[in-house]
Amino acid sequence: MTELVGQLINLLAAILLMLSFAMISQRRILSLIHLFTAQGATLVAATVLVGYATQQPHLYISAGITLLLKVIAIPLLLHRVITRLDVRWDVETLINIPMTMIIGIALVIFAFNLALPISKLSVSLARGTLGIALACVLLSFMMMITRSKAVPQVIGFLSMENGLFFAATSATYGMPMVVELGIALDVLVGILILGVFLFHIREQFDSLDISHLEKLKED
Amino acid sequence: MTGLGAFSQLLEIVMALLLAPLLGGWINQWRAWLQNRSAPGLLQPYRMLHKLFNKESVVAEHASPLFRGAPYIVFGCMALACAIIPTLSTDLPLSPAADAIALVGLFALARVFISLAAMDVGTSFGTLGARREMLIGFLAEPALLMVLFSASLISKSTSLTTIVETLAHRDLAIYPSLALAGVAFTMVSLAENARVPVDNPATHLELTMIHEALILEYSGRHLALLEWAACLKLFAYSCIGLALFFPWGIAEAEAPLALLLAMPVLILKLAIGGALLALLETLSAKMRIFRVPEFLATAFLLAVIGMLVNILLGG
Repeated sequence: MTELVGQLINLLAAILLMLSFAMISQRRILSLIHLFTAQGATLVAATVLVGYATQQPHLYISAGITLLLKVIAIPLLLHRVITRLDVRWDVETLINIPMTMIIGIALVIFAFNLALPISKLSVSLARGTLGIALACVLLSFMMMITRSKAVPQVIGFLSMENGLFFAATSATYGMPMVVELGIALDVLVGILILGVFLFHIREQFDSLDISHLEKLKED
Repeated sequence: MTGLGAFSQLLEIVMALLLAPLLGGWINQWRAWLQNRSAPGLLQPYRMLHKLFNKESVVAEHASPLFRGAPYIVFGCMALACAIIPTLSTDLPLSPAADAIALVGLFALARVFISLAAMDVGTSFGTLGARREMLIGFLAEPALLMVLFSASLISKSTSLTTIVETLAHRDLAIYPSLALAGVAFTMVSLAENARVPVDNPATHLELTMIHEALILEYSGRHLALLEWAACLKLFAYSCIGLALFFPWGIAEAEAPLALLLAMPVLILKLAIGGALLALLETLSAKMRIFRVPEFLATAFLLAVIGMLVNILLGG
């Protein structure tokens, strides 16, 4: 039974990785938010399973917080933001998706290589998934680099936090409750501040393209 | 080689030849229902084949023997492919003849001949179709190979029967790598069988057609063979998918009773798969031809990630 739960966790980890790649190649902002919601839901399921398999009730609480925050609250907030910014149907022109994907594969290989010795030392149930969590973090990082619009960058940031959370769950069965609550609050405050920023960027430059921020002077 | 083995081999080939047009008709019916059209009869593909076989075959004046021979070669390749994929039983005398890699080679052989034949007559549409077909083919093949490799990493063999035996008769286990490979395989088979996001099987609009452009010059019995081969290809791909990802119900060697059960199970699985394919086709819109490399690169990437995950998580 425990073995089957372990395999289910592995499966969820693979789905997380797949969603990360889907986010990299997604052009539409609305679909991006849907993908982010799905990622959060997968994360909740994985956390509940780890909690069940290792008999650690505090993981249920952190799964609950994740559910409230990343599956319900933040997607709702993002939906409101893109409706008010009127970028709901925006399609971002991404250059060279196949190239980004190949870099993505290289990142995944790098992360797996890095995690392999660590997971050999570990005895935890989901030790194999550390590499996947690391790969998710790196992929979200790359998404933040390759995007030029502000909203996808915010989503990249949030998805990076998802990867970190998953790494913590799989490697050490979750962080202490205080840390977890702190991070949850940080993310919530972060998204609120970023939301305000988005409106300001928009007001200043009439566009959400952050390449405008590179100029120091007004011309 | 046992008598039962030979029997199940024969049964498999006959069943593939007979059921393949039915699968096509079944998918067309579902497509029509889902799009609020009235559906053609379930047996429409058989009627079409019958009509075409009775018609005179008109061949262009400057056609070389290659043009006449290609339909037979393509049909033969597809029939052999259907014979080596374990659909009913894993006890197949023909299956040592070709493993997973050779199977991909068989599909490639058929593709090369149909493309050469399309260019042979020298019409612009044929050449256009052939080029597009090769573009899709050279991107889809590596992805298909990677999918098959992910499955063979689990069973440590590239022989299709061994793969199916290991996957079907194991303790219940979930392989994350197969989940990734499954998504990649779906994308590849949509591209390879000229289904909607890549090519529309029902279109005759010049600028968008791929498969139809290839066979535009054929008529009569040649066209019938090619249409039948296209049905067989779809059937073969469905069976590979079922064998790799849903292998339950396929009979082992020395089990005549299981063979009896295997047939209704296979038909049920194909019926569900066909309906799902029609749903997928209805939900998605055809993409521009320049988006296809992106689509197939994603499939390749997912298959590679599947392999990597398999190595990381140890199967």
